[in-house]
Amino acid sequence: MTSTPRWRRFDEWDTRQLRHDLFAAEDVEAGFATFHSPWDPAPSARVENGRVVEIDGKAEKDFDILDAYIAAHHLDPEVIDEAMAMDPVDVARMLVDINVPREKLERLARGMTPAKLVSVVAAMSSLEITFAYSKMRQRRTPGNQAHVTNAKDDPLQLAADAAFAVALGFDEIETTMRVASNSWANAMACAVGAAVGRGGVLFQCSIEEAEELQIGMAGFTSYAETVSVYGTEAAFVDGDDTPWSKAFLTAAYASRGIKARCTSGASSELLMGFHERQSVLYLEARCLCLQRAMGVQGTQNGGIDGAPLTSSMAGGMRELMAENLIAVWLGLECASGNDTRVSESEIRVGAKITPYLMAGSDLICSGFGSIRKYDNTFNPSLFNGEEIEDYLTLQRDFEADGGLTPITESSVEQLRMRAIRAIAAVFEELDLKKVPEEWVQSVATASGSQDTDSFNPGEVTRISEAIRTRGLTAVDVVRALSRRGFGEEAENLLFMLRQRISGDYLQTSAILRDGRIISALNDPNDYQGPGSGYRMSDARWQAVCEVRGLQTRASVLERERRHDPTTTPWLVATGEAVKGDDPRDIVIGLSPAFGVELTRTTAGHDLIDVVLALTEGIREGGGTPRLVRMRHTADTSFLGLTAARLSGSGYGIGIQAKGTAVIHRADRLPHMNIELFSNAPVTTLEHYRAMGRNAALYAGGEAPEPIVVPVDGQSLAARYHVRVAMLYAIETGLVVADAPPLELSMTLGQGGIPT
Amino acid sequence: MTDPLDLYPISENAPELAVSASGMPLERLTLEEVLAGRVAATDIRISAEALRLQAGIARSAGRDRLALNFERGAELVSVPQDVILETYEMLRPGRVTDPALLTARAEMLRRDYGADAIAALIDEAVAVYARRGLLRRRY
Repeated sequence: MTSTPRWRRFDEWDTRQLRHDLFAAEDVEAGFATFHSPWDPAPSARVENGRVVEIDGKAEKDFDILDAYIAAHHLDPEVIDEAMAMDPVDVARMLVDINVPREKLERLARGMTPAKLVSVVAAMSSLEITFAYSKMRQRRTPGNQAHVTNAKDDPLQLAADAAFAVALGFDEIETTMRVASNSWANAMACAVGAAVGRGGVLFQCSIEEAEELQIGMAGFTSYAETVSVYGTEAAFVDGDDTPWSKAFLTAAYASRGIKARCTSGASSELLMGFHERQSVLYLEARCLCLQRAMGVQGTQNGGIDGAPLTSSMAGGMRELMAENLIAVWLGLECASGNDTRVSESEIRVGAKITPYLMAGSDLICSGFGSIRKYDNTFNPSLFNGEEIEDYLTLQRDFEADGGLTPITESSVEQLRMRAIRAIAAVFEELDLKKVPEEWVQSVATASGSQDTDSFNPGEVTRISEAIRTRGLTAVDVVRALSRRGFGEEAENLLFMLRQRISGDYLQTSAILRDGRIISALNDPNDYQGPGSGYRMSDARWQAVCEVRGLQTRASVLERERRHDPTTTPWLVATGEAVKGDDPRDIVIGLSPAFGVELTRTTAGHDLIDVVLALTEGIREGGGTPRLVRMRHTADTSFLGLTAARLSGSGYGIGIQAKGTAVIHRADRLPHMNIELFSNAPVTTLEHYRAMGRNAALYAGGEAPEPIVVPVDGQSLAARYHVRVAMLYAIETGLVVADAPPLELSMTLGQGGIPT
Repeated sequence: MTDPLDLYPISENAPELAVSASGMPLERLTLEEVLAGRVAATDIRISAEALRLQAGIARSAGRDRLALNFERGAELVSVPQDVILETYEMLRPGRVTDPALLTARAEMLRRDYGADAIAALIDEAVAVYARRGLLRRRY
């Protein structure tokens, strides 16, 4: 028996980035289940004497630590009977119903067990979940969070990158260290960098709790999201905590004026080996009920570290959106994941973010990598420094506010340099380090830490240790900045210290915008259908539109119209064109702007060279070229057909200034041409020469091989159509309906061609 | 009585109510004061009063769980850092094998700092830890 040969398409597919991704088959026993597992309990709850004595099929005596905490602090006995009795599909419909207020649904959630919440969102499609999320999320104005880390823990680059992240519009900045003992230096560097420019950005340094509290107390940081919770008792204990220890820690953060959010996400229990064969969404629902119970204002969820594993499962991305929906439905601020890189496929990455861009989120990414992938100490994010401009473009494509704003090259460079100088000045003022000028210059231009000649981690450790042992605080940094002439930065940092005294940013979904607190309290999401909820202001939309490399008509014409009115015209009209009678006669019909207002094809060929190639080709094929200026049309087909009808041979060529060309015959319908070069950007002079030759060969009664302009699959439309449309408008603007074609003579400096 | 929600944000609507843990009013936290060396680390710490105000605001906004957390936070404002970290450590699984130690810690916090809500949280933990076998050494 002969084997069927392998289709080579599979070889090509094998080389695509997608094939690096692993896809897991559903396997409930191994914990690979997204929305349903036979081991998930059926929703139930029972109240006796105002006390919850049963949750999801489990009696009080069997409650594990999560059940016990949820029963005592999440479930509202006043709402349980009503909420648990509702049909899940009815509740799902309420979630997408613009006429049912968010508050009404939040009240019902307070009476629902984890299994009940899951039964509702499991009834919803990805689109419905996205829509419900846009309605249920807490703060009206969407925001975003950046990772600012550095593989060398280089304070200079951290400061510059923090300033860059702030300028891009991130509302929160999160750092962590390659070397744990560098935490104080990283915190100081990022705090200084974040004070350059607009200021007013929340900042966290992710490290072990005791240290994080200390750094927060010193005034460097303003929020924490390291309060991790897990969906099974075994995973929780293995994570070295309990709901009570985490609730205590949450209160401790509040007591130090530090905004806190919990972290949880699908598949973390799977990664830790304690999944109890339950679906990842059910376990996450337990985490989220627990978080509300603990009184934390918000959550970082949507897979997080487990997002790639969840995305390997069928429906995994829908699951990640579903858990985000449960979070906001429970009234929690949601930093909605989109941090860990879930795929090597750029298509999957783009698709992953799109629902969030459209729905908006308190913090769309709970860590957008603002630095290069290799510098991200947390691991690569869904989006990274490499892909920031893709993200900015998606905002513009969908008219969606993803929280970021395009910035100009010169302003970025100034901000970065200022940040580097500011941290260097602070280090010097506080006797921590005299920074060499070469380091400053090296960091200013470097894209990432691999390009720098600057601090090494060991040196940073000494500085970090000095900051810690000397008890330096943000107040010392404010003073140092001011003394060294960084008055604006000193004020920005001081502004953040003032914020912590009022505690305003401790409330749900609080961020700072333009020096003011906005949160779910004073900027509540009030979406109730079209015409309500968040809409970009005109000014905001204009800012989002200003992506780099924007083509304007003026800039395109400036570049493309190399028209010098003082030069002698090389195409001179000699009178009205008439039909030729020579059977070798081949007319080339030139468009209205050809060689006058427009002088180059989109491939960059000078139109003189194009005409020479065509005419030489015609002669090679035994024809006699004749040039005619068309004024009644700029369309290739009609240029070609008109030329053919003027030709003694009956064959003509039509060509536009941008280079699109056609061979036509007098007796054909306008759009039934003989040969067409539609892809002007990849058409060479040799192709034009061959086209001329073929036209003459057709006229001589031969059947030449048509000219093929090879394409390699580039999107010529994406690359050229903006320019083409602007240039073509010049041609059509010159069209005069009834103007007759004009005979042309070609006069070039060195003799030109005979006509 | 006015709705506490009207106070929010306090920094804009009632800055006079924002006083740091050391008693420094918000408006005194200026660059001049910092340069004059009149601002210390305790001056940039939130006060229990501010947290209780925020608790009232959260409750008025229908967020009673958050309000309770702010009230627990208010109780911890005057608790020294080492006591906080030690208590947190004791609440971690398996750190304490004798429930009486946790109960004593709760009693101390109640007595010395008036931390009734925190103490109640610890007492609740003791009962569950005992039932779930978490009062067992892990290392």
